[in-house]
Amino acid sequence: MGSKTISRRRFFIESCAGVSSAWLLSNVLDIPFAQEHAHQAALSPTPTKLEFLSPEQAAEIEAIAAQIIPTDETPGAREARVIYFIDRALATFASDDRPAVMKGLDDLQSRVRKRFKNSGKFSELKSKQQIEVLKSIEKGSFFELIRTMTVCGMFADPSYGGNYNEIGWKMVGFSDDFAFEPPFGFYDQESEAK
Amino acid sequence: MAKSYANIARTKFDQNAEVDFLIIGAGASGGIIAKELATAGFRVVALEQGPYLSEKDFVHDEFKFMQQRAITNDYKRQPNTFRHSEKEEAKVQPAIIYGRLVGGGSVPFAANYWRLHEIDFIERSKLGPIAGTGFSDWPITYAELEPYYTKAEWDLGVSGAPGPFDSPRSRPYPLPPLPIKSSGVLAERAARKLGWHAQPAPMAILSKPYRGRSACAHCGFCSYFGCEMEAKSSTLTTVIREAEKTGRCEIRPNSYVRQIEVNKAGLVTGVTYFDENRKERFQAAKAVVLSANGAETPKLLLMSKSSKFPHGLANSSGKVGKYLMFNGHANAGAVFEQQLNEFKSVAVSRIIHDFYNCDPKRGFYGGGGLDTRFVQYPLGFAIRGLPPDAPRWGREYKRMLAEQYTRTLTVLCHTTSLAVESNNITLDPHVKDEWGLPAVRVTYTDHASDLKMMQFLQDRAKELLDAAGARKVWARPVGPQSFGFHLLGTCRMGNDPKESVIDKDHRTHDVPNLFISDGSSMVTSGRGQPTCTIQALAYRASDRIVQLAKSGEIKSAL
Ligand SMILES: Cc1cc2nc3c(=O)[nH]c(=O)nc-3n(C[C@H](O)[C@H](O)[C@H](O)COP(=O)(O)OP(=O)(O)OC[C@H]3O[C@@H](n4cnc5c(N)ncnc54)[C@H](O)[C@@H]3O)c2cc1C
Repeated sequence: MGSKTISRRRFFIESCAGVSSAWLLSNVLDIPFAQEHAHQAALSPTPTKLEFLSPEQAAEIEAIAAQIIPTDETPGAREARVIYFIDRALATFASDDRPAVMKGLDDLQSRVRKRFKNSGKFSELKSKQQIEVLKSIEKGSFFELIRTMTVCGMFADPSYGGNYNEIGWKMVGFSDDFAFEPPFGFYDQESEAK
Repeated sequence: MAKSYANIARTKFDQNAEVDFLIIGAGASGGIIAKELATAGFRVVALEQGPYLSEKDFVHDEFKFMQQRAITNDYKRQPNTFRHSEKEEAKVQPAIIYGRLVGGGSVPFAANYWRLHEIDFIERSKLGPIAGTGFSDWPITYAELEPYYTKAEWDLGVSGAPGPFDSPRSRPYPLPPLPIKSSGVLAERAARKLGWHAQPAPMAILSKPYRGRSACAHCGFCSYFGCEMEAKSSTLTTVIREAEKTGRCEIRPNSYVRQIEVNKAGLVTGVTYFDENRKERFQAAKAVVLSANGAETPKLLLMSKSSKFPHGLANSSGKVGKYLMFNGHANAGAVFEQQLNEFKSVAVSRIIHDFYNCDPKRGFYGGGGLDTRFVQYPLGFAIRGLPPDAPRWGREYKRMLAEQYTRTLTVLCHTTSLAVESNNITLDPHVKDEWGLPAVRVTYTDHASDLKMMQFLQDRAKELLDAAGARKVWARPVGPQSFGFHLLGTCRMGNDPKESVIDKDHRTHDVPNLFISDGSSMVTSGRGQPTCTIQALAYRASDRIVQLAKSGEIKSAL
């Protein structure tokens, strides 16, 4: 590389901060990925194991992810196994982000400890309390990072480890088919009928 | 289908032998030129920095093609830098995007395929000069380019039907329009209410089988993706195969050209490039055609300095890299009561050209076109597809994602960019790519008129969505752009060697056996969707080059 190196992390964050019009955005998201790795895990019949995060760290991050896309009448980030996507990201392409995640988790812990006088575990708070805490950090880069990773884990092709059973796609009404036939939507159907 | 091409014997020339023509970049233009020159009987090598992929590589994977940029330029290996003006220090940030593979941008493009209108070529004489700009007429007219527009449409395969504002055409489109989508029906309804006109979008995608290729299956993976059906009329799927079938054309992938070489007489002798093992090689040629796009073409000329050409090759005018035009882009979004399912089928089915012409009553220069579409795959949608005031996480966020993915529509506004000399491509003095070559540095600020035009058209876009019966309409503020899909004007065509880089035959004013044909040749930006014109120019350039070669005007420089 030349005299300046490119910060992968910067792209990651900037892309979320939103730089230009929406349709330009997706291509500045910078997420190179160890695909083979992901494929292997996705195909493996045994329960997916954590590769980078400790179970405690994973529980904290998963709790955040589960507030970002909660489980209600329909499955959310937890059921889509977003945490495995995030863990693998940190183990591979997003290793640059490890310090930010670790620091973010530490800060979160002190914040929780201070506010609720407990062990500092976010995942042990009640949902209402969790929301209160996240509201206090939602403008920061740590939250932004976890949000982006959660969304990627929810909606990227299931072969990357998240979006289990296409939960994310089903949620929004997307389907990845080889072919569709018109009418495609309500309004073209309606006008065809006339 | 692919089968018929899979077994063709690929031509490989002896790398030490001189070829007739060497083409740099096998993209939207280079692919056409390769076919035309090989068909005319010349021996042609096209050097392409990207890989040679085929339909089986074009899977449906948003993460890979949009986030990992599997077939577009990779900012880690080839970073760009950006600044709004010369006064700023340029920062490393993605500022340009193009297809980086055999077929170039014609592989991932959305395939909107608009001709320019007659006015685009002569607007400067109609409207007069605009201070502080290089606003100029083209040295050719629409009538001169028309046969080549037709040739492009028929050779590549384009679906469409003429609209009320189109300039005359000598032949209808080869294929009828693709089926209308909900976005198209809404555009028609709203346009009718407002007294505007929605016309079928011309698309370089097959609505019916054509010349052995299958019709579009409406899978929806067009923009950013390669087409696994061969229904998108990329050069990879069409002319490049025909070029190879002549037995006189070698497409050499993973070959990154770093220097165009010249002799003492100032003629081009060939090029030096990195092969796939990053080994430097030389390929000799009688003449070189540069088709590396509006960013990489000027970069290569600026890198090709020599004692005879101290400011870069073919740059006696100082205009190499200058007058970069992105086209203006603005949009407005809306949610509808019912499902549109815009993720199905091609990006666009109806366009609106009522505001194409410049109207002095508006008080500023500019024109543009509108289209309705919603090209968002689920991941991109969840990151930034909801209205700006929507929550970004939590129950309500989830509810909105679930409800609105299939119900969202945007109107995209495509507008003019004035040619401004301070908008340009230069070599970054500090940042290098993985091969040690200077990064493309982009300097760009939209002209005040360009911004006004974007704003004007965004206001029309909101009107259109309201008239279409949207439940909610929003728009993000229009502002200076810092990113380009359309890389235009940086080696402009002209009659005056002091004011332009190439003449109307696409020959550089300075070097008789060096030609340039790609987005950089454009003199004005048109109103968006430049590829139809870029490809018509490539057909015309090929014709001119063949004639010059046949009349003995191009001799080996060796
Ligand atoms: C996602 C996307 C959607 C788009 N949608 C549309 C659309 O709907 N309508 C429209 O009109 N336009 C669209 N465009 C723009 C369109 O792709 C370009 O206008 C068009 O491809 C430009 O053609 P070109 O011949 O100038 O360059 P390109 O097609 O970019 O070809 C240049 C080729 O040269 C190669 N090259 C560059 N430098 C070197 C070197 N030093 N050595 C060897 N090879 C080199 C490149 O890898 C590339 O393959 C879109 C672009 C993108 C990325």
